[in-house]
Amino acid sequence: MTRLIRYVLYDILRNKVVITYALFLFVVSFSLFQLEENESKAILSLLNIVLIVVPLIGMIFTTIHYYNSYEFIELMLSQPLSRKRILLSEFTGVAVSLLCAFAFGVGVPVLIFSFNDTGFALLIAGGALTLIFTSIAFLASVKSRDKARGIGFTLLLWFYFALIYDGLVLLVLFSFSDYPMEKFTLLLSALNPIDLARISIMLKMDVSALMGYTGALYKNFFGTGAGMLFTGSIMLLWIILPLWWAVTAFNKKDM
Amino acid sequence: MKSILILIFFFSVNCLSANTIVVGKDQPIHALKRAVELAKNGDTILLKQGSYAEGNIVIGKSITLIGIGMPVLDGLQKNEILTITGHNVTIKGIRFLNAGYSSMNDYAALKIVDATNIRIEQNIIEKASFAIHIANSTFSTIRNNKIVGTNKSEHSSGNGIHLWKCGNMKIEGNSIQGHRDGIYFEFVTHSTISKNVSEKNIRYGLHFMFSNDDAYLGNTFRNNGAGVAVMYTRNVRMENNLFENNWGPSAYGILLKDISDSHIKNNRFVENTVAIHMEGSSRIMIEKNTFKANGWAFKVQASCDDNTFYKNNFFGNSFDIATNGDKSLNTFNNNYWDKYEAYDINRDGIGDKPYHPVSMYAMIVEQNPTTIMLMNSFMIKLLDKAEKAIPSLTPENLVDAAPMMKPNKL
Repeated sequence: MTRLIRYVLYDILRNKVVITYALFLFVVSFSLFQLEENESKAILSLLNIVLIVVPLIGMIFTTIHYYNSYEFIELMLSQPLSRKRILLSEFTGVAVSLLCAFAFGVGVPVLIFSFNDTGFALLIAGGALTLIFTSIAFLASVKSRDKARGIGFTLLLWFYFALIYDGLVLLVLFSFSDYPMEKFTLLLSALNPIDLARISIMLKMDVSALMGYTGALYKNFFGTGAGMLFTGSIMLLWIILPLWWAVTAFNKKDM
Repeated sequence: MKSILILIFFFSVNCLSANTIVVGKDQPIHALKRAVELAKNGDTILLKQGSYAEGNIVIGKSITLIGIGMPVLDGLQKNEILTITGHNVTIKGIRFLNAGYSSMNDYAALKIVDATNIRIEQNIIEKASFAIHIANSTFSTIRNNKIVGTNKSEHSSGNGIHLWKCGNMKIEGNSIQGHRDGIYFEFVTHSTISKNVSEKNIRYGLHFMFSNDDAYLGNTFRNNGAGVAVMYTRNVRMENNLFENNWGPSAYGILLKDISDSHIKNNRFVENTVAIHMEGSSRIMIEKNTFKANGWAFKVQASCDDNTFYKNNFFGNSFDIATNGDKSLNTFNNNYWDKYEAYDINRDGIGDKPYHPVSMYAMIVEQNPTTIMLMNSFMIKLLDKAEKAIPSLTPENLVDAAPMMKPNKL
């Protein structure tokens, strides 16, 4: 399996997309810290990069990579290797390379300019989002029949998680504003990894605003050890479940 | 030369007429109560080191009571320790411990009633429900005392420095913590609260009602249950204070309710849930304050009018201004907003586009507080941008016509 992962990594390194991605993140984060005199504003802008760009690039890259290495996967399937092993190696290769790109592109500037709780939360959340959306993208590509459909599907998913979901939440919160919705919003936040990541960073960043009304509930819940365990395990579920589903689908798939 | 002679004269007269009574375990007089009985107007009582538990001691004469080496007056958790009435009394350098609590009377470690020209200096007051309780008094000074309460529940604990119906008082350089309200003012006029540190109190750091023509200057209010409340008052000057870490669903840096003709100047507000909450207030000048990393820098209810916000600096607040109405009758000018994005073609330091400090999302949160969970999300950013382009929900005339490009120098 390690040899397979190594092949995948070589392949990814050769087409230079990941390197470009890493450099792009690095330049953007570095210049954000340089341009903004106010560190918290830079972190706020960086938060948007982490919540929007990281999932998008992660998903698109994964999908394209999957279809581009379709022949390679087919070749491997003719070898005495289990399907599960092949897909997991592909996942590991892609995930590791994206994680490295993120760690270099965002991690280094954050560690230099904003080495504190907020910066740390940002890195953890970004790393988790990379893994989650790689995993979701694998599911989407295994399920779709061809490249165009696969990319379309991943874009739609990204759109849903990054934008539509929050719109729906807003709609729900306003339609049921006569009811106590505080506890319910905790559940809602767990159903979208981007929201979960955003809230866990916010707990470090906008702590003062969060101490009002609903926010205090978040602070009491997510701020404690149990809350962090909750966030961590939900994030882990978001990585494992789509991947597991993708593996089962891949096992049954007529290539 | 003449003045020195006069001074010497007064000093000698003072020495001749005033006696000094020393109280101590190894002295002829053991009990403070006895010394107070013996003392005449103008006498000085020196209280030597040791612990004295003598129940309630009443001082009704003009005497000076000075502790040597921090003697302890112990209330044994059932007595009011010292009651002062009359005029020209000084209490200095004494440690008050375990004053009693009663749900019928407001027992205090030090109670001052119907008095004039009292000085309370450099005392330590610990484990009292009310520490210093002053009623119907004038021209007195409470200076450099250290007051530490027990931090119990709101109803079983009293206020640190409690003033009711007083005038021309000076509260200066005290440190107060763990009480219900750090400093409490009701019907107190022409008084100054300066350089105090009021922190970790259960309710307000400073609670201030029906008290006109007062000033509070250079104080620190930190980490109090509900911050500072200033209510039903006019002509108050609030300058150079620091309001910090007042966190909670109803915690404010300052809560202004029905205030008029006042000044809020050169204060710093750091990491409060709401830095200034204003309702029913008019003609307040708010200038040259710094607002940093607060949840809301201002909550201005629609019932406020004629207030001026001038040359304040806003850095890294989650919301700069929130309001509940669609009209604003207040003036904003020359403030620095870190969220302001525009240009300055003529380079006069003033941005060429007016700034609307109320964001769409601030209005949404005001209407529906649970939506705080969507803070900083992409969707909210889009909504804010759309609102900036075509304003519909945010009050159109709540606007800074001349926002600064760089922070104001304070």
